[in-house]
This record gives sequence, C-alpha cells and structure tokens, in this order.
Amino acid sequence: MSRGQALLGAAAIVLVACAPLGLKSYGTYLLTLWCVYVMAGMGLNLTAGYAGQMSIGHAAFLGIGAYTGAILLKAGLGLAVALPAATLLCFVIGVALGFPALRVQHHYLAFATLGFNVLVFLVMRNEEWLTGGTFGISAIPRPALFGLSLDRPWAFFLFTYVSALLLAAAFYGLVRSPWGRAFATLRDNRIRAESLGVDVTAYTLLAFAIGAACAGIAGVYFAMLVQFIEPAPFHPAASLMMLLMVIVGGAGRFLGPVVGAAFLVLLPEWLRFMKDWYLVLFGLTIVVLMLWLPGGVLSIPERLKGGGRWRHSSR
Amino acid sequence: MIDFLQVLLSGAATGCVYALVALGFTLLWQAAGAINFAQGEFVMLPAFAMLSCLAFGTPLWLAFVIACALSMAVLGLAFKRLIVDPISGRGVVTLVIATLGLAVAAKNIVKATYGAEARPFPGVFPETLLALGPLKVSVQDVGTLLVAGAMVAALHLFLNRTQTGRAMQAVAQNVEAATVLGINVSRMVLYVFLINALLVTIAALLVAPAYLAKFDMGDSLGLKAFYAAIIGGFNQSRGALVGGLLVGMLENFVGAYVSPGYKDGVALMVFLVVILFRPEGLLGRPEERRV
Repeated sequence: MSRGQALLGAAAIVLVACAPLGLKSYGTYLLTLWCVYVMAGMGLNLTAGYAGQMSIGHAAFLGIGAYTGAILLKAGLGLAVALPAATLLCFVIGVALGFPALRVQHHYLAFATLGFNVLVFLVMRNEEWLTGGTFGISAIPRPALFGLSLDRPWAFFLFTYVSALLLAAAFYGLVRSPWGRAFATLRDNRIRAESLGVDVTAYTLLAFAIGAACAGIAGVYFAMLVQFIEPAPFHPAASLMMLLMVIVGGAGRFLGPVVGAAFLVLLPEWLRFMKDWYLVLFGLTIVVLMLWLPGGVLSIPERLKGGGRWRHSSR
Repeated sequence: MIDFLQVLLSGAATGCVYALVALGFTLLWQAAGAINFAQGEFVMLPAFAMLSCLAFGTPLWLAFVIACALSMAVLGLAFKRLIVDPISGRGVVTLVIATLGLAVAAKNIVKATYGAEARPFPGVFPETLLALGPLKVSVQDVGTLLVAGAMVAALHLFLNRTQTGRAMQAVAQNVEAATVLGINVSRMVLYVFLINALLVTIAALLVAPAYLAKFDMGDSLGLKAFYAAIIGGFNQSRGALVGGLLVGMLENFVGAYVSPGYKDGVALMVFLVVILFRPEGLLGRPEERRV
C-alpha cells in the first residue's frame, strides 16, 4: 500500500465516521446496517473469495449469531458473554457442516449450505420455545459500553463502525499471514497447494468456519441494531444475496464486501422508486459481470489499465 | 396402512416431478458441464408463460404448446448461446454465479409484472378421488405419476436406444473421443439444452396446479431437484429418478408422521448422509479428478 493510498483510506475512514452528523436517524440506521453486512461479508469473502468455496448459507450463520446474541442479552448477560458465545457457536457449527460437505467437489458445499440455511430457517420458525417462532424476539436490549449508553443511533453506529474496523484490521492481518496465502493457494490451484504441503481439507474447513464465525459476530450486532428479530432476514434468499454482494464487489478483494454491502443496503434506498425492478437490475448486473468482468466492480480500474487481464483466474 | 399408501403415492407423484427437474439438471451437467442454479426458475417461467396464454383465452393444451416453444427458444437456445457458451471456458463457479444472478432477475421480473401473490393454475387432471377398494387416491397424483414416469422412461429409451441418444451420451462421456467418431458435439449439446427446456415445461404443467404459480415457486423445487440429482448420482440419468422418488416419498412421510414443520428439511438430511457415505450418489460412478 502506497502512502497516498493510506492517506486516502484514513480520510475515508474519518469521513464515514462523521457521516451521521449529516444524517437523520434512518440514515444512520442504514449506515449501521451497512457496517453489519460488511462484517458478515468479510467472513463470506474469506470463504468464497479467498478460499474459493461456494457458501450459500451465510444468512443462517448471521441468524444463529443474532438469535444467540438476542437470547443471551435478554437473559441479562453482557456483550462480553454474548459476542464470544455467538462467535464460537457459529465456528463450531461451521466445522460440523463443512466436514461432510468439503470432502467432495466444491459445488456440493453450495447445496449443503443452502439446505442448511433452509433447516436453520425452519428451526427459527418452528421452535417457538427458543426463538419465538414467527413472532420473533422483541425488545432486545443494547448493553451499555463501559457505562456509556448505546441507545442513541449515532452512538450505536460508532460502536458498530469501530468494531467493523477492528474486524477488518484482523482480517487484513489474516489474509496477509501464511494462513491467508494458503487459503488463496487453495482457490487457485488445489493440487499444487496439496503438493506444497498445505493440508487442503483442514484449510478449507478453517476458511469456512472462520467465515461462519464472522457472520456470527455480525449477527449479534444485527440483533442489537434492529432490537427485534424474526426469521425473515435469515431466509436462504438472503444468503444468495450475500454471496452475490461479495461477488459484485469483487470476490477475493479486501474491499469487495464494502462495495458489495453498499449495493445490498444503501443502493436499494436511493433506487426505491424502482421497486422490484431494482432486483431485476441487480440480477442482470451479476450475469453481465460474469460475462465480462468476473473480478467484480473493483476490478474495473485494473481492467482499464491492464487491457483485459484477470487478476486471478476463477475456476 | 391405507393412510400409509396414500402418503406414499402422493409423495411419489411429487417425487416424479422432482425427478423430471433433476433429470434436466443432470443432463446439462453431463453434456455441457453446466450447473444451472436457475433450474427452479426454469420451471416457474413456463408456468407463468402458460398463465399469460390462458389469460388471452387459449385452451390449456395450446398454452402448453406455446410455452414449450417459448421455453425451447429462451431457456434452451438463448440460455445456451448468450450465457453458458461465453462463460463455459471460465469454469463452474463463474457459471453458477451467473445462473444465480439469472434466477434473481427472473424471479423479480415475474414479481414486478404479476405481483407477489400465488395464482391458481388449472389442473390437467380432474380433482376427484378414485376409490380402489378402501384406498382413495387422487386422480391428480396418479396422473402426475403416470405422465412424469412416462417422460422419464421415454427419455431413458431415447438416450439408450436411438443413435442420437447414444451420441449424446458419448459427448457426455468424452468430448474428444466423440469428436473423433464424427459426432456433431455442439449439436448434441444443443439438444440437451432443448430437452431440458421441454422437461421443465412439463414439470411446470404438472406441479403448478398443486403448488400454485408463484414467483418464488422455483426456490424449493430447484433445491429439491438438486438434492435428488446428487442423492441418486450426479452422472446417472437413472439416479435422478431414484433420488426424486426417494426425496418426494420421504418428505411426505415426515410431513405426515413426524413433523409437518420440518418437511422441507428432509432432502438436506438425506443429502448429507449420502455425501458422507457415498459421495458419488446411490447409483453414481466415482468421477476421476481432472487437473
């Protein structure tokens, strides 16, 4: 990263932090939601973008995180319990689900995760004693942080924003560590990775489970943000949108989910007059991207510079 | 016992429709290496095409014929030429994503033009019950089972007994060898896309009366068809039939005797068990890894 880029990044970070000053509470809510989806998206980006595994069950992990967070917070336990519990639970479930699915060809994971999402959705809807069924869980408290109340929209936004930045920093470290490079090797050439001594199964499983854990963290923030959760936002269709969001931004790019989440959360608000046609446009954009620009929106500058070279070949 | 047989029969009828959709799915995979995640939407679109024709006052059979023609042109030819062919060199994942995008677009086009509510669809068969001794069976179930079963059998015969069918199988097994033998590979692949377009239209005709026509009807249908295909064996056309029947009957079973709320989770459970112990599917052959 050059000095200019670092300055630009720092300026962008400060600018977004100041954004609520010029926004009403709904705008701040959307911005916070965007941060939540960026957190979840970074996890999915690790699974799908870096490790090249098709996961279409990310909303299920977001949901598991949200319900775990909601139930624990309502029981009066603090964030110090709810956050690690949700993260750990998603990680463990990720390992348990990934183990059978990752033993076979990579597109099987897509089906397994999609079906898993259906199952989680059914549990959320049917097990009323735990999840409140279709009525959901309401009046989820926002715990105070070191005695500071997070009830005001901008305070909660700042809290979520800083958390997202911390997660991004951890993620940045991870993808540049030997582990992260091993993930990318898996995607680019599985057999070469194997012959270089990378334990393929263990690493794909790890990438998948870490991705799931990120969604769990995002889920807790989601529950605190909306303060009322029900099964609908965790429907399999939401998982699809999350995967497409990562792809649109640019799979395997650090900033991919940041751009992608804006497509999913912010853009529909500006294009509200389009109603259902927005999603038509979104779907067709995906098709067109796959035809001409598989690297996503963020690869446009490179395409213009490099004259048609892909940054990485997708299989 | 009587209940049990009725549950089994209606499960088999649903399962046969899954099998039709799954069969198209496997054929596309075998011949073109294409995984079509919009397969469920491919069933939903002809259903709405038929509804549109019916709204103009055409009889159901004519609507079906028009839908078949449209489906072959759009979901067969155009899908192959405009989306699958340009992307196929870039691998499975790119195509999967593209078809996912296509599914989102197709669903929302229908939602934007027809609205989000489910629409009734006229049945091909009368909604009466047939009494066979103490057993009361729905004519619709029996009809669905017969038509779908006949379709699968006809396709099986076509693939194994005709020269074109065998040529298509040859392409699925080894493109280079098929080319050397003088088989027109691209034409065979086109046939597969056209057959898939026909299969989904027939599935739409059979499933829409029971499930109603709705913009998201393809979601669960597509997913179960994928599972049926994988459970039976992704590289075997017979496997799709076995997988479809198994999923259809088991889930009806769970819905009736265990918990209706978890009916839709059955297919996943069977799928997970199968890939854990027999990743190539019940009837499938193991595939060698291509580097």
